[in-house]
Amino acid sequence: MGTNYHHETFPWKHIVGFILSLVLTFAALWIAFSSGLATKAILVGIVVLAVLQAVLQLFMFMHVTESDSGKIQTINMAYSFFIAIVVVAGSIWTMAFVL
Amino acid sequence: MKWSEFFVTGEPLIYAADVSIVLTVIGIVFILTYFKKWKWLWDEWLTTVDHKKIGVMYIISAVLMLFRGGVDALLMRAQLTAPNMKFLDSQHYNEIFTTHGTIMILFMAMPFIIGLMNIVVPLQIGARDVAYPYLNALSFWLFFVGAMLFNIAFVIGGSPDAGWTAYFPLAGNEFSPGVGNNYYAVALQISGIGTLMTGINFLVTILKMRAPGMTLMRMPMFTWTILITCVLIIFAFPVLTVALALMTFDRLFDTQFFTMANGGMSMLWANLFWIWGHPEVYIVILPSFGIFSEVVSTFARKRLFGYKAMVGSIVGIAFLSFIVWVHHFFTMGAGAAVNSFFSITTMAIAIPTGVKIFNWLFTLRKGRIRFTTAMLWSLAFIPNFVIGGVTGVMLAMAAADYQYHNSYFLIAHFHYVLIAGTVFACFAGLHYWYPKMFGHMLNERLGKWTFWLFMIGFNVCFFPMYFLGLMGMTRRMYTYSAGLGWTPLNVVASVGAALMGIGFLVLCYNIYYSARYGERDMTGDPWDGRTLEWATSSPVAHYNFAVIPEVKDLDAYWEMKKSGKGFEMDEEKLKPIHMPSNSGRPFLISIAFFFAGFGLVFKWFTLAIIAAVFIILGLILRSFDDDDGYYISVDEIKRTERLTRKEA
Repeated sequence: MGTNYHHETFPWKHIVGFILSLVLTFAALWIAFSSGLATKAILVGIVVLAVLQAVLQLFMFMHVTESDSGKIQTINMAYSFFIAIVVVAGSIWTMAFVL
Repeated sequence: MKWSEFFVTGEPLIYAADVSIVLTVIGIVFILTYFKKWKWLWDEWLTTVDHKKIGVMYIISAVLMLFRGGVDALLMRAQLTAPNMKFLDSQHYNEIFTTHGTIMILFMAMPFIIGLMNIVVPLQIGARDVAYPYLNALSFWLFFVGAMLFNIAFVIGGSPDAGWTAYFPLAGNEFSPGVGNNYYAVALQISGIGTLMTGINFLVTILKMRAPGMTLMRMPMFTWTILITCVLIIFAFPVLTVALALMTFDRLFDTQFFTMANGGMSMLWANLFWIWGHPEVYIVILPSFGIFSEVVSTFARKRLFGYKAMVGSIVGIAFLSFIVWVHHFFTMGAGAAVNSFFSITTMAIAIPTGVKIFNWLFTLRKGRIRFTTAMLWSLAFIPNFVIGGVTGVMLAMAAADYQYHNSYFLIAHFHYVLIAGTVFACFAGLHYWYPKMFGHMLNERLGKWTFWLFMIGFNVCFFPMYFLGLMGMTRRMYTYSAGLGWTPLNVVASVGAALMGIGFLVLCYNIYYSARYGERDMTGDPWDGRTLEWATSSPVAHYNFAVIPEVKDLDAYWEMKKSGKGFEMDEEKLKPIHMPSNSGRPFLISIAFFFAGFGLVFKWFTLAIIAAVFIILGLILRSFDDDDGYYISVDEIKRTERLTRKEA
């Protein structure tokens, strides 16, 4: 596999990532259940937290900076975004008639 | 749930199934004990991480599931042969078409394809195993326990009965109160996790473990299709995972994602199901295209025509497969703009598919064709699949689809693409690669009997269904009245189904016959093959390649043979080979998954939680596992190679 493969003595990165992920998740839970905000504000809040957590996990767990080839990472990410947009926007467009 | 409802009661067919299941289990236990094979079973199969053995287990499971799904199909045909039949009641019929569809797609077509790709892909790219052998074993066992969990539903607790698509609101608690659809949600979830891991495993294997010299554009076509299939799996299966999780919450914990009341949106299930479901059908068809490409090229003795166009069209099909899903529910009412968009994208898929058809035809042109069984399946695929494809384009026209939707026209269409595409490919691949798996050939004579019986039976069974559909017969109806005039064509269809059943029996006999009397393959290259798997011995040595081959051309082994060298092995160059150790943990974790799943199905949460603890324990033990595998010594490699490479 990759040439820059090595073991750290203690997986600090993973621990910090894990704790931050928990914090972000509980923050989302709090916003949804106990913040008392308007529905729109709640939706915006949890979406922002979700995006933050996705980025966090890409760096903390998913080795996004450790690849041999930036090209593969770029294609991979671009395609992921494309699929995510297709699934979300496509579903909303398709289901708009019942909303 | 009361204990009296635990076992399904009341139907003679079910009691017969109970008896046969008990007898089979007793028979297996007796044979294993009598011949003292328990240790062999554990050491050689249950704990193996060898991609070839895992592939064989996938294929055995797939053939068993083909039998189960086939019996379901024959029961349905028996019920529909004449009007007003009383053979099955409506509930039993619902259960049978549900299990038929789910089993044939997820537990027959998928594992058959995944089994072939397990056996062939590492050999084709000149690798010694997959990237993550331990994960590969876990993938298989998760698929297997998922399949078993789904299969026991019809005798324990009750079968799912809402169709293989399990549309809400029918599949919700309100209209399906039993445990049947819990089985659907949980069993598919467990085997789906296995499939997702397979996708990741083979993507990494193909991208990272190719032999030196094998650039992407020198990969055999089958490997190319598997690479793209893995991308489809990785992007499509998470949608199913999420949809099934929401379904599970709805059914077990009374959430309201897909219900009619309380803000639920039942049609969203159909939407999510098909966002996964459409790429899913390409997950089973693209590898089939790969198999046909290999077989056609080998038996026409020509390089595959238009290799680059083939690659381009696979990528094109994969891309389009994610933007066509609404064509499964044009009649839901999404409106003209939505339907037009998805109608056009669907028709566009015919373009890259047409390119591939012409590439196969041009590969055949002026080829020196040998009519082996594998080649017969591939040749029959072309016209039969085209019939399925053209009727598919008819269904793609949104306005016309209001007529065809959920009629037998649709049934005929998707059986024409799935059987003539995927099932023919599985049989072709089985005959073609059989010597690599077991060291002997499948008998050609019996193979041709299977081919003609099954292929003619298939057309006799499904071609009339196009007309039945146009005459108004709809999907999933369990009986019909005599005055409708559907009887003659239904009788014809049932005759065809019986022929297919006989073809399947001949195939099973062929497997037995060939194991006893089949021609041993001493050469390792019985078909005069073109790609690297034919450079190995038959059956393939545990480590696949004593030395990793150098690839100089697209048809790597063909090039070696033409340059007069063959695949030379210099004994001086041998080095100890690093191999992964066997592990029983994937099997045991999967057993825990089975009990966790069973607990969820019956809402026995204590059982589910205890089993979940064992799953997590298995993961923790794996994390602290320091086993780095073992080395095969040069002496042992020399001994094995001298035994198998007499001619070289």
